[in-house]
Amino acid sequence: MPLYHDEDQAMLADTATSFMADQGNIKDQLRHWRDRDCPDGFGHGLWKQMAEMGFTGMLVGEGDGGLGMGHVEAGIVLEEIGRNLTPSPFLTSSVLAATALKHGSNDLKGRYLPGLIEGDSVFAVAIDETAKHRPSRITTRAEKSGNGFKLSGSKSFVIQGASADMLVVAARTSGSDEDDDGITLFAVPKDAANMSHNSVRLVDSSMATHTKFDGVELDGDAVIGEVDGGREVLNAMLTAGRIGAAAEGVGVASGAMDITVDYLKQRKQFGKLIGEFQALQHRASHLYSEVEIARAAVIKAQQLLDGGSEKAELMSSVAKAKVAKTAGLAVKEGVQMHGGVGMTDEYDIGLYMKRDRALQEFLGDAYFHANRVAEMSGY
Amino acid sequence: MSDLETFREETRSWLEANCPAEMREPVRDEEDIYWGGRRATFKSDAQKSWFDACVAKGYTVPAWPKEYGGAGLSPAEAKVLRQEMTRIKARIPLSSFGIWMLGPALLHFGTEEQKKHFLGQIARGEIRWCQGYSEPGSGSDLVSLQTFGEDKGDHWVVNGQKVWTSYADQADWIFCLVRTDKEDKYKGITFMLFDTASEGCSTKPIKLISGNSPFCETFMEDVKVPKSYGEGIPAYVGEINRGWDVAKYLLGHEREMISGADGGNTGTVGSAMSRHAAKGGDELDPVLRAELAMFDVDALAYGAMGEKFLDEIKVGKAHPAQPNMMKYAGTELNKRRHELMMSAGGSRSLEWESEETSGGKPSRGWLRTKANSIEGGTSEVMLNVISKRILDLPGS
Repeated sequence: MPLYHDEDQAMLADTATSFMADQGNIKDQLRHWRDRDCPDGFGHGLWKQMAEMGFTGMLVGEGDGGLGMGHVEAGIVLEEIGRNLTPSPFLTSSVLAATALKHGSNDLKGRYLPGLIEGDSVFAVAIDETAKHRPSRITTRAEKSGNGFKLSGSKSFVIQGASADMLVVAARTSGSDEDDDGITLFAVPKDAANMSHNSVRLVDSSMATHTKFDGVELDGDAVIGEVDGGREVLNAMLTAGRIGAAAEGVGVASGAMDITVDYLKQRKQFGKLIGEFQALQHRASHLYSEVEIARAAVIKAQQLLDGGSEKAELMSSVAKAKVAKTAGLAVKEGVQMHGGVGMTDEYDIGLYMKRDRALQEFLGDAYFHANRVAEMSGY
Repeated sequence: MSDLETFREETRSWLEANCPAEMREPVRDEEDIYWGGRRATFKSDAQKSWFDACVAKGYTVPAWPKEYGGAGLSPAEAKVLRQEMTRIKARIPLSSFGIWMLGPALLHFGTEEQKKHFLGQIARGEIRWCQGYSEPGSGSDLVSLQTFGEDKGDHWVVNGQKVWTSYADQADWIFCLVRTDKEDKYKGITFMLFDTASEGCSTKPIKLISGNSPFCETFMEDVKVPKSYGEGIPAYVGEINRGWDVAKYLLGHEREMISGADGGNTGTVGSAMSRHAAKGGDELDPVLRAELAMFDVDALAYGAMGEKFLDEIKVGKAHPAQPNMMKYAGTELNKRRHELMMSAGGSRSLEWESEETSGGKPSRGWLRTKANSIEGGTSEVMLNVISKRILDLPGS
C-alpha cells in the first residue's frame, strides 16, 4: 500500500481539517474551557458534534454500529485535533477504550458502544500507577469475590478519569507485580461504589485523576477479554493508543511549525522580516524536515497496524519516539523564534508547548520508546 | 496469480540461474565493483558472466525502455527486481554515472538519435562517464562556473578546470557544464558531452582524508569539442546555452540518489554494534546504547520517509523540492551512523590497514561519509532551498 492517503482518506482529511478548524479551534475550545475552569477540560457539545460527523465510533466495527475504519482514518482526525489543540476524549475513548472493547463480550459492547457512537459517553483508561508510564508493572489487584471481583489499589494520571462514564482498568488477577501474565482488564462504570477520584489539572489544562479503588465490587461480566489473559488486550490497546498519540503529536508539531513560519514572515527587526535571516531559515528548514519524517513514521505505523503486521509494534514505538522528539523541537523552536511574545499567554505558541509536553508523557516518552526499539531489536 | 506475482516467480528463477554464488558475496574492495568502460577488466569469470547475463536481459538498466538497452520494466516490476536482488544479496552488475546521472538527463532532454546512441553504450557498459560540474571557484555557487567554450562554428574550443570529477582518471567520456555565453549567468551554460581522451584534456587524482582517491581534477586546454557526433546526435544535451536546466534536473536526481531514499540510508546500527562489541569481549556503555537507540528510531523513521517519498514521486504528489529535504536528512543521518559505528567499534575501528578491518573499512568509510553533506549540494544549500521553495520564506 503506498504511504499516502487514498481518495477516501484524502476526503476525510479535508472534512476533518475544516471541521476541527471551525469547531475545535483554540479560541472556541481550549481557551474557552480553560478560562472557565471547566472540570472536564473539554466540551461535551463538541463531542456530540464529533459523533454526528461519525468520528467517535470510527474504529468500532460496522457490526457494532460503528464505521469500521482503521488507524489511518483515526490518525487523520487526531492530527487535526493536534493541530488545533482541541481538548476532547477522542484518543482515550474512540481509540484506546474502543480498541479494548473490540475484545469485550457482546454484553459489554452493547452496554458501552452505543453511548460512544452517539457521543453521549466518555471513557478513560487507567493503566499507569506511577509518574512514568510503565505498563510492565501492575500492582492494582482484583481478587475473586463470589461471581465477580473486588478491585483494590490505585491508578495515577488517568486522563479525564473524573469525566468518564466508564474506565478501562488494568488489574492483576494473579502472579506478581512484574509478571506478563495474570493481568485482567475491567470495564469499571462511573458509579461503582468505593472508587474515588482526586482530580488534578495538568500543564496543558487537561484534567487527570489519581483514582483509588477500595474494594470496588465488579460483576464477572465487567471483564474485557479473558481473566488473566489481559496482557494481549492491553498491548493491543497501547499500540493503538501510542500510534494515535503520535498522530496527534504530528498535528501539534505541524501546527506549531506553521504558526512559527507565518510569524517569521510578519515580524520585522533591523528593517527586515526576520524570516530573511539565514540563521532562522536553516532552523525552520531543519524542523520542516523532521516533521516530514515524523509524519512518514506515523502513517507507516498506522498502515502496519491496519494490515495486522507484526512489525506494527516496533513501528509504534519508532513513531511515538520520533514524534516526541520532533514535536518537542517544533514547540521549543516556536517559542524561541516568537521571541518575547512567545512567552505570553496571548499567543498560541505557548499552548502548543504545553500540550506537547503532556502528550510526550502520555503512553511513554521518547526515552521509553527508544529503549523499547532497542529491546525489540535485540540489544 | 497476479501479473506481478508471476513476474516475481520468473525473476526468482532467472536470478537463481544467472547470478553466480560469488556475486552474492558482500563487496570487499573496489575491484568487486564493475564500472565498465573502454579500459575495464573483469576481476573474475563470475563477475563477467553476471554482467553479461544482465546486459542480455536489460537488467543493467531495468527500467529503461528496451530500445535503449533496458528491460522496459514498470516501476512496480523494477521494485520487485530490486527486492529479489536484495533478498539474495546480488551485487549490482554495473555501477555507472552513465546509468545514475547522464542516462536520466538524456531520457528527459535527449533527441531520439542521442538516446539510441549513448544510452545503449551505457547499458552495455561500453563507455564509462564522469561528471564535470564543480570548479575550484564554483562549489556551492555552481552557476558561477568559468570553464569556457569558444564558438568556432562547427566546434567549440574548451578551456578551464573541473574539480571533484569522480573517477575521471578511469572514465572515457565526460558530461561537462561549459560556459558558452559570458553575458548570461543562467542562460549561458551548455551541457556538453566529450571524450576525455581528446587532445588537451587531462586528469589528476585528488587524495582524500580517507586515503582513497575517488575524485580528480580535470584540466581542459584548447580541447576541441565538435557540435555534433552525427545526424541528430548533438554533442550537448538540451539546447545550447540552456544547460543549466539540465544541470538542475540532474542535481535533483543526484540529491535523491545521495539521500539513500531507496533504502541506502535506512539501516539501523544498534543490534549489529551490540553483537560486534560482544564478539570483542566488550559491552556497550549504557549511554552509547541509548544514543544507538535514538539513532535507530531516526533511521527507521527515515526509512518510512524514503518509502513515502518514492511512493509520492511516482504519482507526482511529492513537493518538487522534496529531494533537497531527503538529501539533507539522509546524509546527516549517515554521518551520525558512522560516528556511532566508530564509537561502538572502539580502538579496533581506528586500524587503517589491518586485515581484520579489511584495510581500514570502518575509519575510511567514516571519513568518506563526511563528503555526503558536501557533494551534490551542501546541507546548508539544501536548507536554503527548503526555506525558499517549500517554506516560502522571504529572500535575503
